[in-house]
Amino acid sequence: MKELSLNILDVAENSVRAGAANISILLSLDGAGWLTLTIADDGCGMDEQTVRRVSDPFYTTRTTRKVGLGIPFLQLAAAQTGGALQIDSEPGKGTTVKATFDTGSVDFTPIGDMPSTLATLIMGAPNVDFHFRHTTPDGEVVLNTDQLRATLGSEVSLAELEVIAWIKDYMREQYDRLGGKNE
Amino acid sequence: MKTLAELAAIRDKMQNKVTIREGEGQTRIVVGMATCGIAAGARPVLNAFVEGVADAGLGDTVTVTQTGCIGICQYEPVVEVFEAGKDKVTYVKMTADKVKRVLDEHIKGGSPVAEYTIDMAQK
Repeated sequence: MKELSLNILDVAENSVRAGAANISILLSLDGAGWLTLTIADDGCGMDEQTVRRVSDPFYTTRTTRKVGLGIPFLQLAAAQTGGALQIDSEPGKGTTVKATFDTGSVDFTPIGDMPSTLATLIMGAPNVDFHFRHTTPDGEVVLNTDQLRATLGSEVSLAELEVIAWIKDYMREQYDRLGGKNE
Repeated sequence: MKTLAELAAIRDKMQNKVTIREGEGQTRIVVGMATCGIAAGARPVLNAFVEGVADAGLGDTVTVTQTGCIGICQYEPVVEVFEAGKDKVTYVKMTADKVKRVLDEHIKGGSPVAEYTIDMAQK
């Protein structure tokens, strides 16, 4: 994947498919240049054996194909910077995927276009509540769909094209205020 | 600056429209967004369709949706167009640049862009 935001899109889609009502995506950059990505959901969760197998490229829950590369790709992106990936999951409670990255590494994949990733996720699953927060030592970018939903009311879907356009612009402005620093 | 007040204005505008949606003769544009599609560049393709449909004011008759792996990963990004009463058209190896022609010639003009379709790619 060319951007970490694409890995995030791919792995968060797993949370959508797990039937999650809430998905939080947190990016946190510390002063030493370590980035922590946490994707947490309240979906169906996995048992221990399944958790062990999702890092295997030849494991997938799909029945139509025999490979699943979402988690292995994210694991690779983390490991090539000297970071790691960890999965905590419990059946019925949900799953948390946590990955760490050394942003100073030459092999660090740039974060890329997070507003597009959030817009794509929300379009595909307008009834899920997404909680996004990206913090850096310089400030933060935040998007909570429950807040948007409260403004929109029950009749207007978050997937409406004009709403999606607003969400992208809203996030882009916050990133611009962070000084264009996406990482 | 984007504000929640602006979002409320979008809501007020939309509420008037809600009742006239979901009509017959809908066109569905479906973009494959599994790992294979995403890695091949499906996100900018999806976004180009969404923005293009909105800009052209086609939002009432055309929907843009996402699906998982269609099963032809080597041709990703793959886009399928479903129109009532017509055969499905499958576009392969799509890019954001190709989207404009598909919107202009196929979605608005009614004739699929043959050179982007899977039939041409397999020849």
